[in-house]
Amino acid sequence: MKYLILFWVFFKIGAFTFGGGYAMLPLVQEEVLSHGWLSWEEIVNFIAVSESTPGPFAVNMSTYVGQETAGILGAFCATFGVVLPSFGIVLAVARCFDRFQNSRIVKGCMSGLKPAVVGMIGAALFSTGSAVFFPEGVSLGNMLQVSFGVSAVIFVVSLVLAFRKAHPILVIVLSGVLGILAGYASDTLAF
Amino acid sequence: MSGGTAPGHGSGPDCSPDKESTESTMENDQTMKGENIMENDQTIKAGGTRESSKLLPLFLTFLKIGAFTFGGGYAMIPLIQKEVVEKQKWISDQDILEIVAIAESTPGPIAINAATFVGYRTAGIAGAFLATLGVVLPSFFIILGISFVLRQFQEQKMVQYAFQGIRAGVLALIAKACFSMYKQSPKSGIAYGIMVTALICVAFFQVNVLLVIAGCACVGLISSILAERRHGT
Repeated sequence: MKYLILFWVFFKIGAFTFGGGYAMLPLVQEEVLSHGWLSWEEIVNFIAVSESTPGPFAVNMSTYVGQETAGILGAFCATFGVVLPSFGIVLAVARCFDRFQNSRIVKGCMSGLKPAVVGMIGAALFSTGSAVFFPEGVSLGNMLQVSFGVSAVIFVVSLVLAFRKAHPILVIVLSGVLGILAGYASDTLAF
Repeated sequence: MSGGTAPGHGSGPDCSPDKESTESTMENDQTMKGENIMENDQTIKAGGTRESSKLLPLFLTFLKIGAFTFGGGYAMIPLIQKEVVEKQKWISDQDILEIVAIAESTPGPIAINAATFVGYRTAGIAGAFLATLGVVLPSFFIILGISFVLRQFQEQKMVQYAFQGIRAGVLALIAKACFSMYKQSPKSGIAYGIMVTALICVAFFQVNVLLVIAGCACVGLISSILAERRHGT
């Protein structure tokens, strides 16, 4: 049963993600959190792992969630589920791709989907951001905590790097090193 | 040497009128093993079409692409171009643009869409299957391995500190992704309306994401039909 659920959830994720990569984040967050498969922290951690290992995010995520919840067979079912819709749809349209691409219906839908993806990644950014900056709940008082300051500095540094087209792995390594330094520094200062 | 003395040599040249290279390898074969090998060779040559000879290279090429593309998605397009267009010459440069287009307008991960499409164009459904399998396998096994490692080290203090920093870094990567999606998006009044509505629905009202996707596609479709009507009359 859990194998079937894994397959079905990732089938949905595969079938309704347009634009690939981070565009699937809102759907992954919703489904994976609501099934209690991973915590939001584990999801964000795994984004970093996925960026630093080869392969598409979707396949990495489905393999990881499947493996964590139901072992290797679970990993297989989830990955099979996420791949199947793309495979089928591309096969279906490959033969008459020009007609598909230029059809008014596809163009019309895409004109709505592209901005929708922006909005939904924005929502994922918002929910992840509030969890990163305010792990103990959003409030003005929590902004005075050390962890808020550390996260804010790392976020700004990473943002500058990312927009200057630094490689994601560099951003991840650097923010990891800064995290370690800040963690041990606040430990020694506190005692 | 003793090339011509192998038994059954006479049947050789009649059956292989196609290529010089096959003839010469066959003659070498004959010196070693005689007729049997030769006949096997020929049945393979006759039964195999040009498409099926591309199946193994397709699988291996996409295995390589899957194993060496970090971050997936568009990071993969240049590698596909190098391997599939320049090296193997399976598809033309023009088709690369088509791959990007098809990856954008069909759902699912870009890597899978691209592999299926190139595989199908090169060697039919079997090609699509093997290319897709090839691009998926490396991630699958690498992540299986990593999940064991992660579980082992997750509890360590240093790893937890590192991930605390990394989560803020990933937040920046998500912001960057949001911005590049924004650049690709149309920028009409309706598009901005959809952006804001989708954001508010998902972030503040926990509306089902699939519902938001379906709704926005419908709004896009209806508004483009209405716009066309207005231009028509």
